[in-house]
Amino acid sequence: MIKREDDYQQRRKHLAKFSDEELKKRFWSLTEQLVDPLLELGRENTTPSIERSVLLRMGFSSLEAKAIVDGCMERNLLGHGAGNVVFRYAKHKNLEIRPAGLALLQPNAMDEAAGLFGGAR
Amino acid sequence: MSDYRLPPDENIDVSKILEDLEHYRPRRRGWTWREPAPDLTIGPFTYHDCSKPLKDGVPLPPAHNFGDVDPQPLPVITTEIASGRFEDDIRRMRMAAHHGADHIMVIRTSGQSHFDGLIEGTPQGVGGVPISRKQVRAQRKALDLIEDEVGRPINYHSYVSGVAGPDIAVMFAEEGVNGCHQDPQYNVIYRNINMVRSFVDACESKKLIAWAGMAQIDGAHNANATARDAWKVMPELMVQHAINALFSFKAGVPKENICLSTVPPTATPGPCVYMDLPYAVALRRLFSGYRMRAQMNTKYIESSTREATVTHVLNMLISKLTSADIQSTITPDEGRNVPWHIYNIEACDTAKQTLVGLDGLMEMVELKDAGYLEDKARELTERAVLFLEGMADQGGYFAAVENGMFVDSGLFPERNGDGIARKADGGVGAGTVIKRESDYFAPVSAHFGYNNVAQYGGDPENPAALIGGCTLEVPEKIQYIDELDESDNVYLRMEQVQDFKQPHAKKIKPEMEWLADGTVLLTLCFPAEKTIAEAAAIECAKRMGLSEIAVISREVLHRAEGMRIELKGKVGFEIDVDSLVIPPEPDVMSDEELRAAIADRPMRIVCGTIGEDEHSVGLREIIDIKHGGIEKYGIEVHYLGTSVPPEKLVGAAIELNADAMLASVIISHDDIHYKNIARIDRIAREMGVRDKLIFLAGGTQIDNDGAKKAGADAGFGRGTHGNHVATFLVKERDRRETV
Repeated sequence: MIKREDDYQQRRKHLAKFSDEELKKRFWSLTEQLVDPLLELGRENTTPSIERSVLLRMGFSSLEAKAIVDGCMERNLLGHGAGNVVFRYAKHKNLEIRPAGLALLQPNAMDEAAGLFGGAR
Repeated sequence: MSDYRLPPDENIDVSKILEDLEHYRPRRRGWTWREPAPDLTIGPFTYHDCSKPLKDGVPLPPAHNFGDVDPQPLPVITTEIASGRFEDDIRRMRMAAHHGADHIMVIRTSGQSHFDGLIEGTPQGVGGVPISRKQVRAQRKALDLIEDEVGRPINYHSYVSGVAGPDIAVMFAEEGVNGCHQDPQYNVIYRNINMVRSFVDACESKKLIAWAGMAQIDGAHNANATARDAWKVMPELMVQHAINALFSFKAGVPKENICLSTVPPTATPGPCVYMDLPYAVALRRLFSGYRMRAQMNTKYIESSTREATVTHVLNMLISKLTSADIQSTITPDEGRNVPWHIYNIEACDTAKQTLVGLDGLMEMVELKDAGYLEDKARELTERAVLFLEGMADQGGYFAAVENGMFVDSGLFPERNGDGIARKADGGVGAGTVIKRESDYFAPVSAHFGYNNVAQYGGDPENPAALIGGCTLEVPEKIQYIDELDESDNVYLRMEQVQDFKQPHAKKIKPEMEWLADGTVLLTLCFPAEKTIAEAAAIECAKRMGLSEIAVISREVLHRAEGMRIELKGKVGFEIDVDSLVIPPEPDVMSDEELRAAIADRPMRIVCGTIGEDEHSVGLREIIDIKHGGIEKYGIEVHYLGTSVPPEKLVGAAIELNADAMLASVIISHDDIHYKNIARIDRIAREMGVRDKLIFLAGGTQIDNDGAKKAGADAGFGRGTHGNHVATFLVKERDRRETV
């Protein structure tokens, strides 16, 4: 930011009339205004780390989770959820979750899984 | 599960902790606060804001005067432990727990923030420990044993930050980690991780933190440590706290688990309490319902551990005058960067001592509700509101960061143009945030945001049911990796110091952080200016045979007259435990035996402090009945006072027909204490009464061998109690009679 002298006395004029309680309320409503869009981003998006964390919870090791997520990234599948890719592939192949995920470490299987989501884009 | 338990007087066997980790499961989840003990009475005292005492612990040094009481303050007390070798840190955790720490915070190895995934195995760290599942499991397992020993739950804590936040949050939830740092602003400002990625990841992390009942600490204290003039970031600190606090609350973390990491921003020689107290008051008012984690000031710490300790005591005065749910303890070596066992323990003791010493303060004192304190608190709050308005005007959080609003050294609205600016599309992990498709799905618990469970006929409240439960419900599904690196792991490190492995080691070396590191600390004082003093100190250490010598602190006593130097080095030898000559424990008769012996045959003694010496406390401790002195056994004591000439002591002994003379000799320069002992001995011989009189000498600088050499029958130093002296008197009388 560009340099600015301390003009607090000027800037505070509109706050002077606030009671302490009103000032506190304003503090929190401004904060809410700032954080709400950040939470919305979290609801609508995902990341490789979030998807790895999903796979960890599905019973994969960190190494396996990373490899599956990388496979999904390469095929633009992450927007469906890496867990979804494993889940749908398992149903498709009639496998349990863990063997299905381990199978997806093979590029051919990952390509096949991509087909279940309309193919790699 | 292992059935290993800690023997109370034996070293922990770290190899037993490492056994069978694959099958270890944490015994509980979530954070534990201390149990309040209102009006607690222990020993001679009643406490007003302490917590339930420990089953086993190490009391403060003067506690032996008060029946070894060890009151525990109400706030949870943190200690930060991370030497780079987690196996050695386990032993330090046990020491810290016995000194009152119930929040063990493990600092991560340098660079872990940018590691995209979980670290596995047990590589050695730099400036911290690589946080891995195995390391976390081993330390949590050790803490289970340690908390049984001290009788209080111990919270285990590390960091959920960097580009692998959600991965780490899952692992922590699975492994029963009780607390963590989580603040996306830390990633953005200090680690240059992409801001969108940081906030999106943080939503998932916080959901997991909420699920596991972890206490969460924010990262705002870093602004204090980074800004040029730390006190000028106070309005911004409030804003940073607010963003993370409300963001966390809205992501599902209950307010009572959201802790603000708040630091009194200023330090002496600034008038720090005057500046820091209004800020502390304003913060606690604004954040009612949230928890306060009172961090200590690190910004201005220099290499004097004494100076750092005083700063921290002043910080705790602020805690006491306002509130602290968790009292952090920064080790007093922070400014000299030698994170050693002894400093963790000093820091824990400083917190315990200060908070117990200030027990009940607020029953007597209250903060003024008008005048400077109120005006300043209001001003800081207004400045924080103006900061938030500024952010909103600029278009929100990301725009404000891009414009360099944070960590500017001006007191807002003053701006110095030196803030840390980041780009919304830049930083580590930029471009990795991906929009969720309409069929996005994750069949797991504690997942944040849009999740199309319905497409598979699942219950949106329980997505994990579609896979029969995830690892959070079915921990058997967790995949455990032991080691990945054959050349860097705990087994190799332990192998290298096998000869020193505790318990029952046959060889031993001095240790500051790692087993058998050989490190020692030397304090030297030279009558010279600093360059000469420092070079002379290094030369001394060389001649003493130390290697890896480094000066860690310098303090001027006077520019020319004196320089205090502290240095570290390593000894090149080891000590064979069996070769040590260990003096026998002092022979002490029971109180009943002593009373019986004196009742059977009375004894009379004369005593006094000898020479030009007005010290009386030590001798009174030995003789007075109210201090547990020898009077209580029935010994007749004639106290001659202080500054008693040697002739007078011997004369009084003859006149009163005493059995013994007790000389207290405290002043020791030029060996005057031993010279006075020799004079008493000589006078008694000249008067022909030496054989009839038992002659004992005592004082802080006296040892038994030195006193005997000077002519006494025995000498008693620091730590002597009345029963030691009485035992000697009774046994010496018996011995003389049987000769």
